[in-house]
Amino acid sequence: MALTGIQIYKLLPQTNCKDCGFPTCLAFAMKLAAKQVELAACPHVSESARAQLTEAAVPPVRLVTVRSDGTELKVGNEVVLFRHEKTFYHRPGLFVRVGDDLAPSALEARVAAADAYRVGYVGLELGIDGFAVEAVTGGPGSFAAAVQTVRRYTRRPLALLARSAAVLGAGLEMIAAHETPLLGVAAADNWQDMADLARKAKAPLVVRGHTLGELADLTEKIKAAGVEDMVLDPAARDLAGHLLLSTLIRRLALKKNFRPLGYPLIAFASADGDAAVETLLAAQAILKYAGFVVIDHFAPETVYPLLVLRQNIYTDPQKPIQVQPGLYEINNPKPDDPVLVTTNFSITYFSVANEVEGSGLPAWLVVADAEGMSVLTAWAAGKFDAERIAKDVKRFDVAAKVSRRRLVIPGHVAVLSGELEAELPDWEIRVGPREAVDLPRYMKEALAN
Amino acid sequence: MPVEILKETWTGAVQTVTLGATPAEGGTRGRTVTVGGERSLPFLHFEAPMPHRPVIAVEIKDRRPEDWSPVLLRAWGDAVNDPGTWAQAAAAAGADLILLALSLTDAEGRPTTPAAAVAAVRKVLDACPLPLAVFGPGQAEADNELLVAVAEATKGERLLLGICEDKNYRTIVATALANGHLVNARTPMDVNLAKQLNILITDMGMPLDRIIMDPTTGAVGYGFEYGYSVMERLRLAALQGDRMTQLPMLVTPGFEAWKTKEAKVGNGVPAAWGDWEARGIAWETLTALGLLEAGADILVLRHPESVRRLQRAIADLMTPPSGPLV
Ligand code: B12
Ligand code: SF4
Repeated sequence: MALTGIQIYKLLPQTNCKDCGFPTCLAFAMKLAAKQVELAACPHVSESARAQLTEAAVPPVRLVTVRSDGTELKVGNEVVLFRHEKTFYHRPGLFVRVGDDLAPSALEARVAAADAYRVGYVGLELGIDGFAVEAVTGGPGSFAAAVQTVRRYTRRPLALLARSAAVLGAGLEMIAAHETPLLGVAAADNWQDMADLARKAKAPLVVRGHTLGELADLTEKIKAAGVEDMVLDPAARDLAGHLLLSTLIRRLALKKNFRPLGYPLIAFASADGDAAVETLLAAQAILKYAGFVVIDHFAPETVYPLLVLRQNIYTDPQKPIQVQPGLYEINNPKPDDPVLVTTNFSITYFSVANEVEGSGLPAWLVVADAEGMSVLTAWAAGKFDAERIAKDVKRFDVAAKVSRRRLVIPGHVAVLSGELEAELPDWEIRVGPREAVDLPRYMKEALAN
Repeated sequence: MPVEILKETWTGAVQTVTLGATPAEGGTRGRTVTVGGERSLPFLHFEAPMPHRPVIAVEIKDRRPEDWSPVLLRAWGDAVNDPGTWAQAAAAAGADLILLALSLTDAEGRPTTPAAAVAAVRKVLDACPLPLAVFGPGQAEADNELLVAVAEATKGERLLLGICEDKNYRTIVATALANGHLVNARTPMDVNLAKQLNILITDMGMPLDRIIMDPTTGAVGYGFEYGYSVMERLRLAALQGDRMTQLPMLVTPGFEAWKTKEAKVGNGVPAAWGDWEARGIAWETLTALGLLEAGADILVLRHPESVRRLQRAIADLMTPPSGPLV
């Protein structure tokens, strides 16, 4: 928990000697609270104050990293309970779980399909982050073989999960030493051996406890055994339990600076084979504080919305995702091709651009500066009116690129057509459909001549 | 190790609102539905038990909606041709209440008349004993014309009337007041606008136990996060004691999700989008679950499978864990 300026001030010498470059200790404390200066700038701070201030500067939710060849995933280090209070920073890793009881061919097929998966959303390419290999059979040999097979079909980070350290160790041997997998699962009955393995491998360790007290006990013991990076599994397997425990853990970490639970969470969204329930558990885990979300069923139609949901929840609430205003060329337009106009809110721009691109029809797309707002939001806020559109059409010198001055506006702002005709007298203003999905047909039919 | 169960101390509570009226209460409904009353953030039972579970309204139309996703039309089959049959199918699918959304025009493109709107509402009331919400086509003038006629013809039913927004709240609130109905106060995703509209509505004499607020929402991928955060902020304000935010919330994830391309379109989309129907249902249920966790009291859904999944999710969330937490 970050200290306030006043709390820091109380720990400083309060002599106002100015050696730090600030007129008073209080002024320095305020800057320190705002993280604009380093504590080292004050040469007079006492040892005990230094210790307290350093301790307070440790993030309340530890940052944990897993990595493999070329990819790295960081989770944790979150500072709020609600995204509107600031933002959620580190998107949780979405991992697909496979068991070592699968036949090698089945394992290969599952991993290869999930690994190859990519889906586009507002110009980003989204996909899953890694795989969790679980020792189901209990044999070290079959676990090692499964890890080896998985590693052959993906380069993404792995989580290796077993109940015995011997089995886990056998799997760990199969991956390169410079990788940092997530290891697990440490519980009351095996934590010493697990901690040993994690310490030697310098890898974060999943710790499972059936109550918060048990979890806190375990993390303290494991920390004392030399493992700093841990990931908590509160072992709830239903929506209500997940929600309660993850909320309590995040609250304790942020509001009480309660170190024993100041780690990221892992959510096993497993629902006895029910893929529908699993998807909702995963969705809740994304909303409510998970650092890793593990799913058993990989299906494009559910992974796609989960990835988009994760993207949405982890955007900065202060700034809408936007694209650069300008004149965009889609499918190599020629001078007599139509000009469409839209706003620079990413979701809006990509809805339109993807439709037109997918149709194969050429068009010029004027992306007006609507301060990153959707068509109707911008219109209601006065950021997408006739004057602004006309200004951008002129600013981007659209007339110079086209021989036929035809401007298509979104159907939702049909009311603008009159004013636009006045603003752009030598242009023909056409009202397009309301939804971008209907643009290709509109372009083929209504704009055919 | 002793671990503290960290409870927030809230001073406020969400208003309780009952929809529908039985014959004893001056209506004709077989049962009523009560929402609200929360004294904690959603489903945090250790803080305060939730007195009423969130409920699901199924959206139906007065005539076959040609612009709906074919997936939805297939799921409901012939029921979509008659609002009474559709309401029964919705009840069978697990609806707690019905939301009848009136169309702007009839099948021939002529404006829906007040008489036709009343007839459709009657059909639903006669066919199905659940409480009913009636929404106009969403254009202030048409809404006024149709909803006033509906309100007068169904006096005493405690219908939920919408959409009641800044442009038309006077008319809708007046008729709801005169005829014993409730209003659904919609504002565009803004805490202050929501408060302001609630103030205007209560200033007209509408008691708080007859107002539901609708903060507007967007589907996953299409503005979801804005609606989600506005709802979290509204609910926090309510629990902190801000009277004009203490109303139960209704949201329309079904409407929003099924207008996205992902749910509406099956052909010519990327292979990475997967199976069409499963994707549409996932889009609707993920949006709905998110809003539920942000404080929704009434979820308006469209697909029967989404209704089934969300009813299960609500039942799960309403059941506090059996073991000890600490
Ligand atoms: C998310 C949202 C917000 C977010 C902003 C998000 C953003 N960056 O724009 C926030 C919460 C900030 C917001 C604020 C406001 N909002 Co707002 N908001 C919405 C919401 C829920 C979704 C908008 C959205 O993202 N849609 C998705 C995008 C992709 O849609 P789109 O841009 O329209 O694009 C589609 C089509 O237009 C078409 N299209 C786009 N370009 C083109 C081009 C051509 C040529 C063609 C043919 C088609 C086409 O294709 C796209 C896909 O089909 C809508 C309601 C809703 N559920 O739709 C209200 C809505 C747009 N908001 C509204 C209002 C009034 C406001 C505010 C003025 C309220 C206020 N005073 O606070 C403010 C204004 C902003 C400000 N002053 O700061 C109203 C507008 C009402 C109206 N008709 O005038 C709406 C409709 C809500 C309502 N029912 O009242 N809003
Ligand atoms: S150097 Fe240290 S003691 Fe001197 S004014 Fe700055 S903060 Fe205070």
